[in-house]
Amino acid sequence: MQLSDRVTGLVMVALGGLAAYGGSRLPPVPGQQIGPNVFPLVVGVGLAICGGMIALGIGRSYEDEAEADLAKITGPAEDVGQSHSWLRGLMALLPPGLLLFYVLAVDRLGFLPTAAVIVLGTSLALGARLRLALGMAIAAPLFVNLVFSKLLRVPLPSGLLPLPWLGLP
Amino acid sequence: MNAIVDAFGLVLQTDVLIAILLASIYGLVVGSLPGLSATMATALLVPVTFYLSPIAAVATIIAASAMAIFSGDIPGTLLRIPGTPASAAYTDEAYAMTRKGQPELALGICVWFSALGGIAGTLSLMVLAPPLAEMALNFSTFEYFWLAFLGLMCATMVARSSPVKAIASMLIGLLVACIGIENPAGTPRFTFGFTDLLGGIEVIPALVGVFAVSEVMRAMLSAEPPKLPFRRFGSILKGQIALTKRYVAPQVRGNIVGIIIGVLPGAGADMAAWVSYSMSKRFSKEPEKFGTGHPEGLIEAGASNNASLASGWVPSLLFGIPGDTITAIAIGVLYMKGLNPGPTLFTERASSMYALYIIFIIANIIMIPLGIIMIRVASKILRAPRSAVMPVIVLLCAVGAFATGNNLFAVLTVAAFGCLGYVMERNGYPVAAMVLGIVMGTMVEQNFVTSLIKSDGSVLPFFNRPVAAVLAACTISALFWPLGVWLVRRMRTLAPSRP
Repeated sequence: MQLSDRVTGLVMVALGGLAAYGGSRLPPVPGQQIGPNVFPLVVGVGLAICGGMIALGIGRSYEDEAEADLAKITGPAEDVGQSHSWLRGLMALLPPGLLLFYVLAVDRLGFLPTAAVIVLGTSLALGARLRLALGMAIAAPLFVNLVFSKLLRVPLPSGLLPLPWLGLP
Repeated sequence: MNAIVDAFGLVLQTDVLIAILLASIYGLVVGSLPGLSATMATALLVPVTFYLSPIAAVATIIAASAMAIFSGDIPGTLLRIPGTPASAAYTDEAYAMTRKGQPELALGICVWFSALGGIAGTLSLMVLAPPLAEMALNFSTFEYFWLAFLGLMCATMVARSSPVKAIASMLIGLLVACIGIENPAGTPRFTFGFTDLLGGIEVIPALVGVFAVSEVMRAMLSAEPPKLPFRRFGSILKGQIALTKRYVAPQVRGNIVGIIIGVLPGAGADMAAWVSYSMSKRFSKEPEKFGTGHPEGLIEAGASNNASLASGWVPSLLFGIPGDTITAIAIGVLYMKGLNPGPTLFTERASSMYALYIIFIIANIIMIPLGIIMIRVASKILRAPRSAVMPVIVLLCAVGAFATGNNLFAVLTVAAFGCLGYVMERNGYPVAAMVLGIVMGTMVEQNFVTSLIKSDGSVLPFFNRPVAAVLAACTISALFWPLGVWLVRRMRTLAPSRP
């Protein structure tokens, strides 16, 4: 998601302003001038100033320089965001989406099936052949389960697939 | 003396030694895979360290990070794709050597001088830390405030991006640290009524999100790196002793620059490599050979990034101010294991400190044999398709975050910070600065507010004590540094155009 400096700068201004405002409304410590409000106020104001400068394009020259340095080594930066369709750009949201799925599903489905879905989804999205993806979806959750549940004793929920022979509850 | 004997006793435990070996292998593999950085390797390792003894936990982090920084040179040399950002500075040079038919020499330089640099960095840690600790015992909140602030400013100054954006990222990090009830009055701040936010944003899940999930998100949109052709290597270490004797000055310079950059809060191995490579070119007798497969820059920068790794622990152990992103993670582990950073660590837990030095030395020594094995099997490991590696990373992010507190909210934190890190990175906001803000936020605020309360709201006492005044001067000049550079440049470009 490539945004213009103007947009991100204005977002910073808004964020800083909100933080400063929210901070200033916090109740002070009785009998003290200084309390939990000071720090967000200072940080928020600073952020708003920086945001304003970014929106105005100050400091942009440094970035171009660093980019040129890096481009010398890795070749021209591929502009994925622009050359592909929006749909393709949404693919980037798959990993956080799958993590969200994990949070919602793991208690009901259990660790192994949820993990299998995550692995299968990521693997297929990255262009794996079905055989590899399925193999990974079976092997990786079992391995992670072995390490975290058996060796490190992290209570991973067993859900639909209780596997007593693997030492799971 | 007793402490040193105790330290050997602490290190020579079976669990510690096994931890070092396994973490080394893990670091070598993760570091060599393009797109997986040393910081990410460390972040994913943290949940595992919860379940280890304190020394073993620190040992895994030290070993894995040192190996990953070296191992990032392997795909850089063979494929021209840096395995970790710390190798990016000299990837071109190393690849040019491969094209000239000297991949053994290039990789040999990487492993040999990485190990030497790592040992030099460890020596600096041993020499610098005790006297600094003595000084730090006299520090008050004023000094700590300036020190932490200076650390944050350094982090923004060395970021390879616009300084304004770096400062903005750092401030975002500080804002994130504001969340929760850990503030001077203990009132819920920015929690929006969510109980899960009362404890604040946990650092480890945030780091895992920023460094691991955002990397997987990037992989979703970028093309798969090319496969490594199978290659048989000759002797890796052949000629390294001769090179060591021939390039003494670049090596020493690389080590010193690496150590200095490591000690500076926030600036880590990638920065050390960039600075050292360009310094090497500037001071070299044969600068025209740079970029054509000349070993000099490779030696200097390769030594530098590994030296910075060890010296990055100096501010981390002494003040709890991370020297780079890897130690930012390590500090969390130190607190968790009761090895709270601070000058008293050196007086009260001296044996643990010595144990840490010993682990550093061991890790850098075994780097040579393990590194050579890794180089020989690299073509097999680098064949692992991304579609098999990345799913495991996503899974480890979820499970690892959950394991930090057996709490599903941590997994949400990972996802959210993954998105944040991805968007910031794409728009030129350096995420390392934000991470330091998150890690140091509580410390900065505490010292700032305590100092303000002590001084009754007046700013003057912030500059009254001598050390505080010096630190304040450094901080303020760091803040206005970009402005000065801009002015000088402006004058230079304007000057010739005048009649």
